[in-house]
Amino acid sequence: MTVLNIVQAVNHTLRDEMKRNDKIVLLGEDVGVNGGVFRATEGLFQEFGPNRVIDTPLAESGIIGVSIGMALYGLKPVPEIQFLDFIYPGFDQIQSELAKFRYRSGGQFTVPVVIRTPYGGGIRGSHYHSQSTEAFFVHTPGLKVVIPATPYDTKGLLTAALRDPDPVMFLEPKKIYRTVRGDVPDDDYMVPIGKANVARDGEDVTVFAYGAMLHVAMEAVELAAAKGINVEVVDLRTLLPFDIDTILSSVKKTGRVVIVHEACKTCGFGAEIAAQIAERALLQLKAPIVRVAGFDVPFPYVLEDEYMPNANRVLNAIEKVHNF
Amino acid sequence: MTVELLQVIKPTGEYVEEIEPDISKDELRRLYRLMVLLRNLDIRGLQLQRQGRIGFFIGSLGQEACQIGSAYALKPQDWAFPAYREIGAALLRGATLKEVMNQYFANAEDLQKGRQLTNLYGLKSINFVTGSAPIATQIPHAVGTALAAKIRGDPVVTLVYFGDGATSENDFHTGMNFAGVFKTPTVFFCQNNHWAISVPVERQTSAETIAVKAKAYGFEGVRVDGNDVLAIYRTVKEAVEKARKGGGPTLIEAVTYRMGPHSSSDDPTRYRTKEELEEWQRRDPITRFRKYLEKKRIWSESDEKKAQDDANHEIDEAIAHAEKIPRPALETLFTDVYSDMPWHLEEQLRELQEEKGRKEE
Repeated sequence: MTVLNIVQAVNHTLRDEMKRNDKIVLLGEDVGVNGGVFRATEGLFQEFGPNRVIDTPLAESGIIGVSIGMALYGLKPVPEIQFLDFIYPGFDQIQSELAKFRYRSGGQFTVPVVIRTPYGGGIRGSHYHSQSTEAFFVHTPGLKVVIPATPYDTKGLLTAALRDPDPVMFLEPKKIYRTVRGDVPDDDYMVPIGKANVARDGEDVTVFAYGAMLHVAMEAVELAAAKGINVEVVDLRTLLPFDIDTILSSVKKTGRVVIVHEACKTCGFGAEIAAQIAERALLQLKAPIVRVAGFDVPFPYVLEDEYMPNANRVLNAIEKVHNF
Repeated sequence: MTVELLQVIKPTGEYVEEIEPDISKDELRRLYRLMVLLRNLDIRGLQLQRQGRIGFFIGSLGQEACQIGSAYALKPQDWAFPAYREIGAALLRGATLKEVMNQYFANAEDLQKGRQLTNLYGLKSINFVTGSAPIATQIPHAVGTALAAKIRGDPVVTLVYFGDGATSENDFHTGMNFAGVFKTPTVFFCQNNHWAISVPVERQTSAETIAVKAKAYGFEGVRVDGNDVLAIYRTVKEAVEKARKGGGPTLIEAVTYRMGPHSSSDDPTRYRTKEELEEWQRRDPITRFRKYLEKKRIWSESDEKKAQDDANHEIDEAIAHAEKIPRPALETLFTDVYSDMPWHLEEQLRELQEEKGRKEE
């Protein structure tokens, strides 16, 4: 057991899996000599050499497109896109190619690329180092979308992604890269893709969250507990395919739902959760569902704290559904 | 900066002996027969669409030499990344006409399970990668596969097909740039057929040629007569051998002409003249190759008749077979999205099956 933060957990997992699987190749901007701008790949170039850890030209469609070609040949490429905000030149490759190869070839060609990319706000990064646009990828059949919130899950989910036969978008909450620390077993283990985690048991209200927002939710829940409201928190962990069973069983238990994400509200992932609950468990609800989300504006700079969901906003939502 | 245009066979069928590639008589005859098959397949394909028997057609009329000459220069371990006018390259590499026709009819025997438009064809067993309609996206893939082979130390070359329109796309630039930086064993084969639907090549670039663009990426660009199968074979073979020996990528601009419509949905009379088409019809790659074979006295009138008859017979048989095969099964709508079907797709499949069941009752 070692105490690690999230970015260390990424680094350790990559190292362990690269030792086990010589087909894993890392590539991206600054991932080699520099070890990545967040140091997620620190030391790996030195350990595994320039054929396993490749500094590429500055071109996201090339990084992802070349990864697809490498995967066609049987390698396991793990491209890093420096910020999710910069992924869009490669969006065509993800949307038109990566997600569709298996399907359009009738299963003849597969491209199990794992795209790692830091996402999310709270780092004073303004528009282009802060966005949470996971919904674009959840809206793309053929991809799996995974977002860890703890060092333990980071290792378990990344290991699972690196052994998965399908393309995976692995979104890393950069705001909590270093602030969240926890025990990580040294042994090999996986957290299965597609399974949510009940991070806290409760009976009165359910809060659904993922990534950095899990910790905001947990903070709010402590405030609610002080007011006598016992909140259950479900860390979704995988957005596609999401864990409908865990979602519904929690809704059936509490009947009151708050969904938290930092992505903007309209058509955010919370809309899907709310719709699923409405379709499958409407009569179990005791109050309307409330979403606490980023606002429908471009990501701000000076007013970032006002944009980001915080414990107070989540607490207000909890009280609102509780007192309905 | 001018890049010379390589030509082996002149439009009269005369040829430049010093650069004539060394190909056996039987092989020359085989290549010619394949071009005839391809021409007839194109004509029949469009007819099938017009008759409403297949949904869509996209052909390669006039570009037969490009496909046959280039694919013939590859070895079985090499990989081809087509755009969508390269079904001839697939046939040369070993796809059967029956398989291709199953794809045209998108039936239950189609290995792609009826999921792609006609001629967006792929076959794993011949390293012929299934294509897509977005332009130029396959270019970085070919570079990635070449880079993977290079990393693994395998003597594998990749060849990627694209058109003049694709050279305007981001992925052309990106792919060429990665290939230059990593010196990948990649051959970039541009079929400059002069038209991207209705937009002429002059609207894609103000460079004197497409070949010249390679210079900016640090490797060689060459031009070849795209209606001269032997010149294409020679040029691609040189590029492939250079790549295999570690000499890095080459851009080849094959200057040709799309004699047919862009697709079954296109009417080229809206944007180009009859005179232009006729000028290129006089440079027809098949006629030219036939004249060459006749000059070498290895092709006769009876050979020609037999080649045409055989091609049509083979196509008839493939159509008769493919048309009998039913549509792919309902569940193929949901399979192969992932390696295993996740719960939400299983649920949607069940819903669709129930809906269908209700209608049939």
